[in-house]
Amino acid sequence: MKLKEKFKELKKRKEGALIGFITAGDPTPEDTIDIVNSLINGGVDIIELGLPFSDPIADGVVIQKASERSLKKGTNPDLFFEIAKKIEEIPKVCLTYYNLVLQRGLEKFVRDCSESGINGLIIPDLPIEEAMPLLNACDKYDTNLIFLVAPTTTEERLQKILNVSRGFLYVVSLLGVTGARRELSETVKPLLRKIKQISDKIPLAVGFGISKPEHIKEVLNAGADGAIVGSAFVRIIERNLNDKEGMLSELEEFTRELKKATRG
Amino acid sequence: MKLPNKLGKFNGYGGKFAPEVLMPAIEGLEKAFGKFIRDSEFQEELDYYLREFAGRPTPLYYAKNLTEKTGGAKIYLKREDLVHGGAHKLNNTLGQALLAKKMGKKRIIAETGAGQHGVATAIAAAALGIKCEVYMGTEDIERQKLNVFRMQLMNAKVIPVSSGSCTLKDSINEAMRDWLTNVETTYYLIGSIVGPHPYPMMVREFQRVIGRETKKQILEKEDSLPNAIVACVGGGSNALGTFYEFLEDEVELIGVEAGGKGIKTGKHGATLCTGTDGVLHGTYSKLLQDRYGQIEISYSIAAGLDYPGVGPELSYLVKKGRIKVTSVTDDEALEAFKLLSQTEGIVPALESAHAIYHAVKIAEKMEKDQKIVVNLSGRGDKDVFVVAEALGVKL
Repeated sequence: MKLKEKFKELKKRKEGALIGFITAGDPTPEDTIDIVNSLINGGVDIIELGLPFSDPIADGVVIQKASERSLKKGTNPDLFFEIAKKIEEIPKVCLTYYNLVLQRGLEKFVRDCSESGINGLIIPDLPIEEAMPLLNACDKYDTNLIFLVAPTTTEERLQKILNVSRGFLYVVSLLGVTGARRELSETVKPLLRKIKQISDKIPLAVGFGISKPEHIKEVLNAGADGAIVGSAFVRIIERNLNDKEGMLSELEEFTRELKKATRG
Repeated sequence: MKLPNKLGKFNGYGGKFAPEVLMPAIEGLEKAFGKFIRDSEFQEELDYYLREFAGRPTPLYYAKNLTEKTGGAKIYLKREDLVHGGAHKLNNTLGQALLAKKMGKKRIIAETGAGQHGVATAIAAAALGIKCEVYMGTEDIERQKLNVFRMQLMNAKVIPVSSGSCTLKDSINEAMRDWLTNVETTYYLIGSIVGPHPYPMMVREFQRVIGRETKKQILEKEDSLPNAIVACVGGGSNALGTFYEFLEDEVELIGVEAGGKGIKTGKHGATLCTGTDGVLHGTYSKLLQDRYGQIEISYSIAAGLDYPGVGPELSYLVKKGRIKVTSVTDDEALEAFKLLSQTEGIVPALESAHAIYHAVKIAEKMEKDQKIVVNLSGRGDKDVFVVAEALGVKL
């Protein structure tokens, strides 16, 4: 299913989107399908699969460690796309860093996304200035290049980003790296307001620091269309490295709690 | 055409591959640098610090004994090892710290490998009265305890980095993460001609003083330009700083990278010699990477050359054919380290010893009336423990 249809469907049901991130191949490539299935059973709406990079500058320590675990077990882009292909019943997006896309070749990377049912690409180290070549490749294969905006983003930049954004806009809730935070950042509400004044056409999903049902309620009440949870899932994986059954049931239960919060 | 262009590109290399959170700060830095580099008051203040505090201009010293022993071209040493702090690094940190101060930043962060850039940042920050924190890999902290303590003496806080390979590239990752978090109050002081635009251009401009002085000095001494200039390349700031004034001249420019244990062993830092194009730490340049684009771990006995990337402008100038590159192994560098110490009474940094080795090698084959300039980018006090260990000497 495409992102656009998913957001439309959720809107009809008056629900927010729960977007769940995990690092593909963590703790091993064999576990990814089971982990994704736990999230699906818990009710996740969109899966964001991380393709690990050796130097993830936008990630906090939890996802850094997940990337290291995954790379150590031999995860690479070839394997990543094979795994992605096996996840069929849910919209998928890929998060990775630009060098991995470049080395595969922009067109080939996007074509592989498209062929494995990945409908969106998030590249945290690719700002709009450098994005034209990848945008063109994405347009060719009907894949959404998802941009990030931050509390520091100026109105001028916001305008430019909104003009080319597809799928959804990734609203970074705070200044910093990924990672669960106790409190939701105060910067997120004014940021959502600022974006909505310029455009209300594209769904807004808030990420970075979202780790609890209350956070999700708060961002949805503030006008977001979805919430992205990453490190909180990865932390469950990290805590249960030696107990896969426990890991999977905890993931499913946690997803269920989070999803409930999207139903208002 | 003057490079980089508005997008920070050197004919395709360079650019700004940074997270959106940082982009407004990067734009702000670009504007501030553009303004102050043309500001005569800023220039006067920087000149003052370079002269009165850093000890510039540094001599261009005729290495008579080394030349006679080699029996070929005249070898001149640009004595950046005499800059306060012991390396060329201070040229850049004074420039950037002064800029940070003008921009009203209250806190400076930096990454460091061997600790030379960390020390130079700590010096500049202390001199200008700005708070300073330095990220350093735990592996490097262990190897360079002396520099850790030097930084602490000057009131800088050294933050250990234990992610990834626990070396320079991971310290850069961690410094960038800090900058992402504290971008509104903090200035990130990068130590080489790497990182997103405007850093490669900015660091080049602050290091150009090396080449400017060299040109004036060699013309005074020899009434002609040198036939060749040799400098070591890690990130590339001492090399580009030395070469830049000579790009339009008929002078051979040679960068020397870390051959480590030998290129064939895979344990080296020869990014320009063997690397491929890609994006790391905000810039498009040559990299040591695998076929998927994962960054490989570099190696050198000289921590300052131990980096899997290199400045984008050097990648461009090498591709264009204007700069030649070669590599020198650990063992060869050690040989040159001893040679310069014994013949001239100058203990070079292991990084600079790479350049010395290659300069001697080519000087042998040149005529006696020809001239080579080597940029002696740093002094070797910091390396005595590593060298003693490599030579099997117990201190």
